[in-house]
Amino acid sequence: MSSDDAPLDSAFMALADPVRRSIIARLSRGPATVNELAEPFAITKQAVSKHIQVLEQAQLVTRTRDAQRRPVHLNPARLEALTAWIDQYRLVREGQFRGLDSVLQSRAAARGRQEKDPS
Amino acid sequence: MSNPLKLSVPEGVPFIDYEREFEFPVSDVFRAHKEPDLIVQWLGPRGYKMDIDHYDFRTGGSYSYLHTGPEGQPYEFKGIFHTVRENEFAIQTFEFGGYPDVVSLEFMTFEDLGNGRSRLKGHSVYPSLEARDGMAQSGMEGGMTEGYERLDELLSGAKV
Repeated sequence: MSSDDAPLDSAFMALADPVRRSIIARLSRGPATVNELAEPFAITKQAVSKHIQVLEQAQLVTRTRDAQRRPVHLNPARLEALTAWIDQYRLVREGQFRGLDSVLQSRAAARGRQEKDPS
Repeated sequence: MSNPLKLSVPEGVPFIDYEREFEFPVSDVFRAHKEPDLIVQWLGPRGYKMDIDHYDFRTGGSYSYLHTGPEGQPYEFKGIFHTVRENEFAIQTFEFGGYPDVVSLEFMTFEDLGNGRSRLKGHSVYPSLEARDGMAQSGMEGGMTEGYERLDELLSGAKV
């Protein structure tokens, strides 16, 4: 695996945790403070802060420095990089099966000609 | 118009599942998976040359082939056919030379839908989430090439 994959690896690691995935899901609806993000979980605010740090290191979220509230934002570009390979995988598979279609088509056509022409 | 590919890449488990229907009998689809001279016509990404070293689609058989990209770069693939049941089912291992020892298990179910139609179901199991995402990602290069070709065809008004 090339070093280009390192950011992708850390992003996938960050998303391997269900609490962090819930945080991402919540942030997809808009920015939120640590307090707001901690609310639905039966864990301490400190624990939630740690999860946010992991997401921050993986560049999945960003935090604005200026305001007192320091809301957490989603980084959509990073998420898109994660799903890009799935789209590419789909393209390759779809191409493959369209190729298989045409192989089957030409064989069926050849068979049809043979049936009509019993020489 | 080609049949849609149903693809599922679940979160948290290293699987890939897919489903695809064909307007052809299950025996034809199975045969296109079995005979090397048919395999070379569809298995590789478009624009890639496929050279089969051997392809023995039967229980206990094995395979090894080379995809050569448009710029001449070779990609080697190999594996073993663990179980092959005619017109029904196959299990094989799959290994890309670029990721040695990261071997996936591929389950394929061939289904007869009647009226000369059939369905292929695939279930791929990777050793880890990282392996699934890394390995599938390595198929991107071919995908990109193909994507541009399809765009060309689309723009020139040819049937895709």
